[in-house]
Amino acid sequence: MSSGDNTVMAEVQRDHLFNLVLKGERADGRAFDEFREITIETRAIDTADGSAMVTLGDTRLLVGIKVQPGEPFPDTPDKGVIIVNIELIPLASPDYEAGPPREGAIEIARVVDRGIRESESIDLTKLCITEGEKVWIIFVDIHVLNNGGNIIDAASMGAIAALLTTTIPAARHDLGEDTPLPVRDIPLAVTTIEFGGEMMLDPSLDEEKIASTSLIVATNTDGSISGMQKTGAEPLTIDQVMRVVGMAQTAASEIRKKFMEV
Amino acid sequence: MSEKPEHFIIDGKRLDGRSRDELRPIKIELSPLDRADGSCYLEWGRNKVMAAVYGPRELHPRHRQNMTGAVVQCRYNMASFSVDERIRPGPSRRSVEISKVIRQAFEHVVFTKFFPKTAIDIYIEVLRADAGTRTAGINAASLALADAGIPMRGLVSACAVGKVDGEIVLDLMKEEDNFGEADVPIAMTADNRITLLQMDGRMTTEEFYTALELAKTGCTTVYELQRQALIEKYGDEYRAEGGSDE
Repeated sequence: MSSGDNTVMAEVQRDHLFNLVLKGERADGRAFDEFREITIETRAIDTADGSAMVTLGDTRLLVGIKVQPGEPFPDTPDKGVIIVNIELIPLASPDYEAGPPREGAIEIARVVDRGIRESESIDLTKLCITEGEKVWIIFVDIHVLNNGGNIIDAASMGAIAALLTTTIPAARHDLGEDTPLPVRDIPLAVTTIEFGGEMMLDPSLDEEKIASTSLIVATNTDGSISGMQKTGAEPLTIDQVMRVVGMAQTAASEIRKKFMEV
Repeated sequence: MSEKPEHFIIDGKRLDGRSRDELRPIKIELSPLDRADGSCYLEWGRNKVMAAVYGPRELHPRHRQNMTGAVVQCRYNMASFSVDERIRPGPSRRSVEISKVIRQAFEHVVFTKFFPKTAIDIYIEVLRADAGTRTAGINAASLALADAGIPMRGLVSACAVGKVDGEIVLDLMKEEDNFGEADVPIAMTADNRITLLQMDGRMTTEEFYTALELAKTGCTTVYELQRQALIEKYGDEYRAEGGSDE
C-alpha cells in the first residue's frame, strides 16, 4: 500500500471513502462483496503458446505464455517448471518506473505463482521429456497495461485462463506432436482489503491506496485453500482471517463460472 | 537433497521425535553484537540466525524520509553457505519478498511516530537454514528491536504450522517443509493479532482453522521464551528502577 505520496490528497480521499464505508457504501456504488465487471478474452496473441487479455473494471492486463524445453531443477528431475513473472511497465501507471522489478511486483508474481503451483492444477510430472535432462518450462508473463487496482486477482484470472488455452509446442522443437497443456483445476486468488473495520473484495485503485491491510486467498474448485498472503501493516484477528477465507471461496466460485463461458 | 520419507509421523512421533504440537528447541542470546544498537542470535532446531537493529538514525536518501514517523526497513538475507546448494550472494526474488513481509510484520508494533525523518533498520542474516528461517528471523528481530530500546506495542512472535501425512503439525522441519503438503508461516502479537500470514500448499478450511489455532499456541510458547530472555538480560536493571516482572 503506497504511503507518503500526495499526502494531502490521500487524506482527503481517505476521509471521503471512510465516510462512505460508515454508510455501507463504496465510491463506485458496489456492495462490499461485489466484483467489478470481468472480461476474459483468450487466444489474444497468436505468437504466444497461450494467452489471455483480462479486464477487471479499469484494470487491464495481458498474460502471454511461452513453453520451451529446458533443464529441470536438480531436486525435481522428473517435473516441468512454471515461472511466473509480472511486469509493472511504466505504460500502466504514473507510479511505475522502468528498471528491475520492485518488491511489489515481485510479491504479486510470487503470490500468483504459488496459487497456481500449490493447487497442482498443472500436472508437472506430465511435462517431463527426459528425466533429469529435459522438461517443459512454462513461462507465464503478465503485462499490466492499465493499473486500476487489484492487479493480483486480474493476474490470477489471466494466468489460469491463458494456461487453459496453452498448447505444448512439441512439433516446433521436434519432440512429437503438439498437445494441450494438462490443466486439472481453476485456482483463483481473491484479494480482500480491510478498511474502516469492513472487509471489501476487489479493491479499486483508490481503495487499495487507503487500505490498511489486505489478505489474498487462493482457492480451488473444491473450496480448498492453496495459497495465502497478508500484505500491509495492520494486524488481523483469527476471526477476520476466517471470514476473509469464506468470502474468497464464495467469490472464486462465482468467477469460476466465467471460465465455463471461455 | 534427501529423499522423501515414506511417513512423516510414526506412532505419533515425527522424524525428529517431536509430537505434532511441539516446537524444535529454541536458544536465544541477547545483544551478541556490540556495533549494532540492538542484536539477537537465535537457534531454532538447526536454524541459526542473527538479527541486528540500527536506529532510529537519519534516513538517506532524504527524499525517503517521512515527516510523521520513522521508516522501518528490513533486509533478510541468507548466507551463501547456509544451505546444501550454494546460494548466489545478493538479493533474490524470494529474499526481497520475505524482507517485505517481515518489515510489515513489525510496522504495526513499532511506535514509528516518535522518530520522524529517521530509519529503523532491521537486518536478518540466516547463517544456517533448516526450514522456518523467516519465523526464526522475526523472533530474533523482535528481540533485537527490544534490545535496541525501540518503543513497541509489544513483541512479535512467529512460528510455522503445516500439514504432513494429512495432519496439522507445528513448526515444520526441513523434510516436512520440502515434502509436506502445506506450510503456513505466522507472526502475531501477544494478544494474538496476526501481523504476518502466508501460506503455500493445500488445506481445507477446517484444516486451516486448526492450523491457525495451533500457531496461536506455538507463538505463545515463543513469546514466553522471548520474554524470559529479556528478563534475564534486563530484569535486574528494570527491578532496580522499581519495575515488577509482570
